[in-house]
Amino acid sequence: MSVLVGKDTRLLVQGITGSAGGFHSKQMIEYGTQVVAGVTPGRGGEKFEGKVPVFDTVAQAVKATGANTSCIFVPPPGAADAILEAFDAGLSLVVCITEGIPVTDMLQVRRVLEGLKGKTRLIGPNCPGIITPGACKIGIMPGHIHKAGHIGVVSRSGTLTYEAVGQLTALGIGQSTCIGIGGDPVGGMDFVDVLELFQADADTHGVILIGEIGGGAEERAARFIKEKMNKPVAAFIAGTTAPPGKRMGHAGAIIAGGKGTAAEKIKALEAAGARVAPTPSDMASTLAGMMKH
Amino acid sequence: MKIHEYQAKQIFARYGLPIPRGYPAFSVDDAETAAKRLAQETGSPVVVVKAQIHAGGRGKGGGVKVAKGGAPEARELAQKILGMQLVTHQTGPQGQKVRRLYVEQGLDIGRELYLGAVIDRDRRRVALMASTEGGVEIEKVAAETPEKILTVHVDPAVGFAAYQARELAFGLGIGGKETLGKFVKLMRALYDVVVKEDCSLCEINPLVVTKGNDIVALDAKINLDDNAEFRHPEWHDLEDKDEEDPVELEAKAAGLNYVSLDGNVGCLVNGAGLAMATMDIIKHFGAGHGVAPANFLDVGGGANQEQVTKAFKMILKSPKVKAIFVNIFGGIMKCDVIANGVVAAARELGLKVPLVVRLEGTNVELGRKILNESGLAIQAASTMADGAQKVVSAIGGAR
Repeated sequence: MSVLVGKDTRLLVQGITGSAGGFHSKQMIEYGTQVVAGVTPGRGGEKFEGKVPVFDTVAQAVKATGANTSCIFVPPPGAADAILEAFDAGLSLVVCITEGIPVTDMLQVRRVLEGLKGKTRLIGPNCPGIITPGACKIGIMPGHIHKAGHIGVVSRSGTLTYEAVGQLTALGIGQSTCIGIGGDPVGGMDFVDVLELFQADADTHGVILIGEIGGGAEERAARFIKEKMNKPVAAFIAGTTAPPGKRMGHAGAIIAGGKGTAAEKIKALEAAGARVAPTPSDMASTLAGMMKH
Repeated sequence: MKIHEYQAKQIFARYGLPIPRGYPAFSVDDAETAAKRLAQETGSPVVVVKAQIHAGGRGKGGGVKVAKGGAPEARELAQKILGMQLVTHQTGPQGQKVRRLYVEQGLDIGRELYLGAVIDRDRRRVALMASTEGGVEIEKVAAETPEKILTVHVDPAVGFAAYQARELAFGLGIGGKETLGKFVKLMRALYDVVVKEDCSLCEINPLVVTKGNDIVALDAKINLDDNAEFRHPEWHDLEDKDEEDPVELEAKAAGLNYVSLDGNVGCLVNGAGLAMATMDIIKHFGAGHGVAPANFLDVGGGANQEQVTKAFKMILKSPKVKAIFVNIFGGIMKCDVIANGVVAAARELGLKVPLVVRLEGTNVELGRKILNESGLAIQAASTMADGAQKVVSAIGGAR
């Protein structure tokens, strides 16, 4: 078992005819993901790689193929609009990979998302995507480093997720589902939304949570872990040594007015019973140590 | 992206936000002319000469002075401020050189208030804040007397409602129909600025109520959301390259994320989270041995070999770098692209400091082969921890 995506996921890709969308669609198909449709306005009627039908609108693609999930590679100027179109078509999950969407656009998207009351979930933007190893890969993560198993991974950072997965796989520990929620200040699912799913999933036995400086999402996760979770959670917070006020790559990774420091987040997580890895090299071994007891 | 006070005020003026009369000045002569012009326009010789740098706390640092004696005094003050190395709590001890001034009319100040608009990421809304404690550091107010900051959140579907502005006004003790109306109009204009101009931060500190009961933005601070640059071609003219770290500018032009730091280990990493974590692990093993990261550098996922070469050259050229740590977990980024970029840069500039490389992920075997066959003195690391420890011992710290 797993969360959100699996063998039944029927994926459509918005921006499938672009260079990034095309490249990663091929990779997803190779991994075994059912890519049933592509959407590029004005390119309806074409076939991607000679097999996947391309439509002008998301609604048409859903009607014709029964797609239930979308993955978005549309460049920043049109990305928020692409997300709204996917919401309107009634998809249950929308994964937006695009990096660099203006925050005012995301405020609008977020407002519409809240009105959907959970009918549609959004992962991202500015994220690597979601993968259930051996079943379904949606996004840009390297598939080969994963191994099917029972650990859930949730992270605000792309490559640091790969780092954690690589460490788990090297120890022979597989993953149920790995979700990159993205590094932007305003987006879709946050740690708590994902932890709820991992807690409810009988096949997820433990969780690695990877946070970073900025915002209060890790503190909210800590509260959830303390009150609602009985599965072991190992964590790592990136940015202990980051200078305040500087944007460290991610728009979301900025310490503002003394708030959102790594030290505060680590303290909150440890107080909630999570174990925080002393270095990013110890994420998997920290969790493995908790699983034995 | 940060902009100057006078640029922020020019934006305010376009939205009908009341600002004092003023003119930017790039020389002492400019400042004198501006002061003369203001005296004619306002009928008062009193002007304020304000240093324009991208940092707060300018007044305390000596960068804002009042000239009561009109143009000659304004000229004298401009002479002192222009070219000075202005040190504030936001510039660091080295300060920032003043290259631009803003000369503004003096006002009869009655009350000083604070107004701010930020993206509240936890509530996913624009938050508008107001406080009676204007003219002081708002971070200090937030820490010591948070109850003195009033906050309302704006529903983006509705926009900023008049009743929300009134709520803030009454909280600040602004009564009287005329003043209340002015305040509501100003607040709604401020929200428009945030949304339409794509600000990540917009602050007026202080907002003053004059003795004549006018409301005026005495200061203005705007940070723009870099992600929205594509729809604001006019931002190009707002950029002041003198205020930026030259190395960071060079990196930005090459499409790289780079932040200068104080340490001695040059880092080349893919991905923002991994780059931050790499800094952390160097500090973890290096603290106590005088070893710390010299930079944050994220080459991103889609960098080509030229960008990698450029990135590695930037590190090689930095005089403070005593060792280099390349830490790559290839996903979209292929290890062979990194290896080729590193080798090309090292061949061109020469490699004079120890280089530790940790490669993992897509095309890792090919990447390692390229490095092995390059003839460069490279220490291979098997994990992040191994790499960080090797870099620490290379600089002279114990393992």
